[in-house]
Amino acid sequence: MSKKLFNMISIVLIAVFVLAACAAPTAVPATQAPATAATVAATTAAPSATTGGEVYYLNFKPEIADVYTKIAAEYLKETGVTLKVVTAASGTYEQTLKSEMAKSDAPVLFQINGPVGYAAWKDYCLDLKNTDLYKHLTDKSLAVTSGDGVYGIPYAIEGYGIIYNNAIMTKYFALSGAKATSMDQINNFATLKAVVEDMTAKKAQLGIKGVFSSTSLKTGEDWRWQTHLANLPIFYELKDESYDLSKGTPSEITFKYADNFKNIFDLYLNNSVTGSKLLGSKSVDDSMAEFALGESAMVQNGEWAWSQIKGVTGNTVKEQDVKFLPIYTGVTGEEKQSISVGTENFFAINSKATPEKQKLAENFIYWLYSSDAGKKFVVSDLGFIAPFDTFSDTEKPTDPLSKEVLRYSSNTNLYNVAWDFTVFPSQTFKNDFGGVLLQYAQGNKTWADVTKLVVDEWKTEAANATK
Amino acid sequence: MQKMPKRYYALFTLPTIIAFLLSFFIPFLLGIYLSFTKFTTVTDSQWVGFSNYIRAFSEDQNFLNAMIFTIKFALVSVVLINVFAFSLAVLLTRKIKGTNLFRTVFFMPNLIGGIVLGYIWQLIINGILINFGVDITYSANYGFWGLVVLMNWQMTGYMMVIYIAGIQGISPELIEAAKIDGANSWQVLKGVIIPMVMPAVTICTFLTVSNSFKLFDQNLALTAGAPARASSMLALDIFNTFYGRNGYEGVGQAKAVVFFLFVAIIVLLQLRLTRNQEVEN
Repeated sequence: MSKKLFNMISIVLIAVFVLAACAAPTAVPATQAPATAATVAATTAAPSATTGGEVYYLNFKPEIADVYTKIAAEYLKETGVTLKVVTAASGTYEQTLKSEMAKSDAPVLFQINGPVGYAAWKDYCLDLKNTDLYKHLTDKSLAVTSGDGVYGIPYAIEGYGIIYNNAIMTKYFALSGAKATSMDQINNFATLKAVVEDMTAKKAQLGIKGVFSSTSLKTGEDWRWQTHLANLPIFYELKDESYDLSKGTPSEITFKYADNFKNIFDLYLNNSVTGSKLLGSKSVDDSMAEFALGESAMVQNGEWAWSQIKGVTGNTVKEQDVKFLPIYTGVTGEEKQSISVGTENFFAINSKATPEKQKLAENFIYWLYSSDAGKKFVVSDLGFIAPFDTFSDTEKPTDPLSKEVLRYSSNTNLYNVAWDFTVFPSQTFKNDFGGVLLQYAQGNKTWADVTKLVVDEWKTEAANATK
Repeated sequence: MQKMPKRYYALFTLPTIIAFLLSFFIPFLLGIYLSFTKFTTVTDSQWVGFSNYIRAFSEDQNFLNAMIFTIKFALVSVVLINVFAFSLAVLLTRKIKGTNLFRTVFFMPNLIGGIVLGYIWQLIINGILINFGVDITYSANYGFWGLVVLMNWQMTGYMMVIYIAGIQGISPELIEAAKIDGANSWQVLKGVIIPMVMPAVTICTFLTVSNSFKLFDQNLALTAGAPARASSMLALDIFNTFYGRNGYEGVGQAKAVVFFLFVAIIVLLQLRLTRNQEVEN
């Protein structure tokens, strides 16, 4: 009898364990739990059967993931709707989105990076032209459109250029034999090159290890060159052809401004803190740290980098010294060129979700950008420059680089370098571009190899995208 | 107690079988099916036949290059790991002081996860190479030998433990008999020990071959394929194909099926070869 009892108890225990494991929440797949588990908002514990309902948002920016916990708490308090935010680890957004969309509880709010992202996800993007948020978009041309429909609403305007440390530049201008005496004189590539090379010769006097921070070419860390810097020659080429960006990726490019790209890239490589053969192990964090510690005077990056600079231990850069310089490449008329301002962050709503959930998502994004509490989060915690008329002039981010972005974009004398890189054919193209740039920096490939790869791969990737 | 297992064994093994089916067998079959389709997420798919397989090999050389790199890596690693592990096992089965300490120390690297290991070795190798003005991404050869060193460091201890178990299983009478017949240490090793540990050789070779082919974490952390995918192994190439662009998920899946067939054939051949060498005891 006791043997039978023992058997029965064992079987019951095993059954209980198996059933308990099956009943555990499976909102996030096990392989991605380490990356995203820490960022699920605290309010997911609330049952979604409340009158409020739930908005599931897949967030792209890891740097502000924690802010969403506060936003979710506030939103629940004000509206009774649960906001569930899951953040994809850096560089894994597309993979995470792919996995999450295959589930029955898919994200209702997510983001696309522009026309290329829309092409990949068009079966999942709802038409947003009748939403409240779209009505308040200041520049309707910024949205992702296709025909009459609006499928992506930009939620943050960002800008990048050459960030420089004014304290070091002032020190340079005071030296005898300086090639320029104020930043205003540096308004084209020739002057920039002369100043930078002179600074490299005098780096001991200036107390820096190099003019530019390391050109980070580690795999996954090379986006500043294969995307942001590459944007400039492509922008000028497409401008010459008066190409309409809403048509999507051009089937091929000639890369006619390749030499201009080479101008600035060589300048970055030859006047840097790190020798050009060692760049394959350098990350963006390394470069920003070099700038923050005063080892370099300039670094190319965007206004989002301010929090990185501020966060470095032993940071010697002062807020009032951090400013933007446009990226000059030697194009005629570049004296009137501004920094590059645009967006690749567009809200998209899942067209395959239930209409109730879609409405909840629309309400949330409108609340974030129009209610007092929401706008405060956007300006102070998220640090977004919001392109909506619900924001008055006093409601803008106050960090130094955001102020610079606003200063440049309101300067009507300069023309903006639009974010044409949103039509680059694919991530593989960008990764391979970065790979060949690394080999060029190491001296293993020539510039002709680089241009050949860019032209050939653009063509094959653009063709593949339409298969 | 003897009757119990027979009556209830089906129920007791059921959880394991269910887990195996759900987490391995069913995804495996699903993967084979998906390799013949074009799909974006796992739930929508259109049949395209063999075109994924053709594209895997014809569109670019990445898969073939990764295969050649992985084969070279596997050959070198298998030989080196087994030679080192066996030598250490022979040394550490003698009656000298501290063998337990040595065995523990040699085994410990096996406990460290692949990503952490790759990252630490990258720092070490870069620290050495910087004296020559380059870093590990300068050439695929640096990545290759870096991976070989890393793999050896990690796996030697584990294989050593298996070899020690094999050597300890040899009955001492055989060795004594050989010594009485006048065999010196080398002849004892060649004639008695090696044939008798053939089962351990089978297992160790199998483990090193399959681990070398499947290597992913360490490859990703050490070089991530730099420069320009030249040091990317098969698993990393499949991962990049699947997630790198849209429309290539089917091709990635096809590469994965080819990968499975390739490794399965090699491993089965190897098992048959070494099994034949085992001595009946």
